[in-house]
Amino acid sequence: MNVTIVDYKSGNICSVINSFKEVAKNKVKIEVTSDLKKIKSSDKVVLPGQGSFKSCIDALNTINGLVESLNDFAINNKKPLLGICVGLQMLADVGYEETQTKGLGWIPGKVTKIDNQNGKYKLPHIGWNEIKIIKDSKIFKDIKDKSHMYFVHSYEFVPKDKNVISAITNYSSNHVCAVEIENIFGTQFHPEKSDKIGLKIIDNFINL
Amino acid sequence: MLKNRIIPCLDVKNGRVVKGINFVDLKDAGDPVEQAKIYSDGGADEICFLDITASNENRDTIFDVVEKTSKKCFVPLTVGGGVRSIEDINKLLNCGADKVSINTAAVQNTKVVIESSKKFGSQCIVVAIDAKHNGKSWEIFTHGGRKSTGIDALDYAKKMEDCGAGELLVTSMDRDGTQAGYDIELMSNISSRVNIPVIASGGVGNLDHLVEGIKLGKASAVLAASIFHYGKYSLKQAKEYLDSKGIPVRI
Repeated sequence: MNVTIVDYKSGNICSVINSFKEVAKNKVKIEVTSDLKKIKSSDKVVLPGQGSFKSCIDALNTINGLVESLNDFAINNKKPLLGICVGLQMLADVGYEETQTKGLGWIPGKVTKIDNQNGKYKLPHIGWNEIKIIKDSKIFKDIKDKSHMYFVHSYEFVPKDKNVISAITNYSSNHVCAVEIENIFGTQFHPEKSDKIGLKIIDNFINL
Repeated sequence: MLKNRIIPCLDVKNGRVVKGINFVDLKDAGDPVEQAKIYSDGGADEICFLDITASNENRDTIFDVVEKTSKKCFVPLTVGGGVRSIEDINKLLNCGADKVSINTAAVQNTKVVIESSKKFGSQCIVVAIDAKHNGKSWEIFTHGGRKSTGIDALDYAKKMEDCGAGELLVTSMDRDGTQAGYDIELMSNISSRVNIPVIASGGVGNLDHLVEGIKLGKASAVLAASIFHYGKYSLKQAKEYLDSKGIPVRI
């Protein structure tokens, strides 16, 4: 089996690569590429994302045919894809960071700034927070409710259909921190930085 | 609920761990990669490397340390010390650092903060502020605390937030290495002035100091070096103590 981490030259994906390689050992091949053929032929795809919604979408669009290939992979062929942080946010219809930007539109909804109650809560939401698992998700196998995950973000994904939400976390208010819809998974937190419990989520994804 | 973070810091010189007393009189005490792994296994919420390598020919040692550490530790890794340019930041991130802290360069040229936070995202840009009380107010010092700047620390903190810093790492030069506790007034003044998380640093000698940094200093995270490094307390002890004082921590 091989898992491709999409390298679209946006943000730092080193930790994602390290964590997947750690979990995969030598049993699963981890590719890091934006090569469309390789993405097409891989079994699973990881879409990381750091920086702003707009910068990530712009970077995706810079690579000719990448968005179409990802669409083919996840929507037409229904192969497993995991979006992390802005990688999850980009699955939405639209994002409002910097300026209004069209997302991939795979999961109806929008990405808006966390309401920090006029400064009562500091942003970004940085650090370890508990997740509340509200739906059985394949990537949460053996993950206990209220596990701690590492977050760093100022924007949140607000999906239209609440049924896609698999976990929420509380900071200022409840917000979505994981989604699952058929073969598409997303986490707002960083499993690659969430210690052993985060590596377990990566392991679950690899072993889907 | 978001937990307060405990961040052990390792001072690294020429690829080896040291811990300074008031930034001088360094002792050699170990391999940073191994030490970081001990911390991450022990429950560190984040690990911080401060590179204090002085000579240019040894500056590359930190990249090797970061690269090796990031393959073994799966908690956030912050690296600071001698970060001068976008290229330095890029290189550290490519070696596996999750955040980079900028000190002197941010004071000399705020563009580094503006541009790097745009390029890499605010989440990985930490501005380190070394401040000293001059009798009236707190003043910024650069070059590892050797150079005064005449810049007011509170104004500067706000400015760095506006430039795009994701966090502020605030060190009291008066307290650093003294084990007398954080400069609580400095921390709370900065923390209440900005809307980004503040990491308190400089002066931790016991676990009550960590409690004070969060409760009174209003810090989101507390950084300490020697109390962990010399084994005075374990991270587990520290977390249990904070928990017993009603501070939310990840246990």
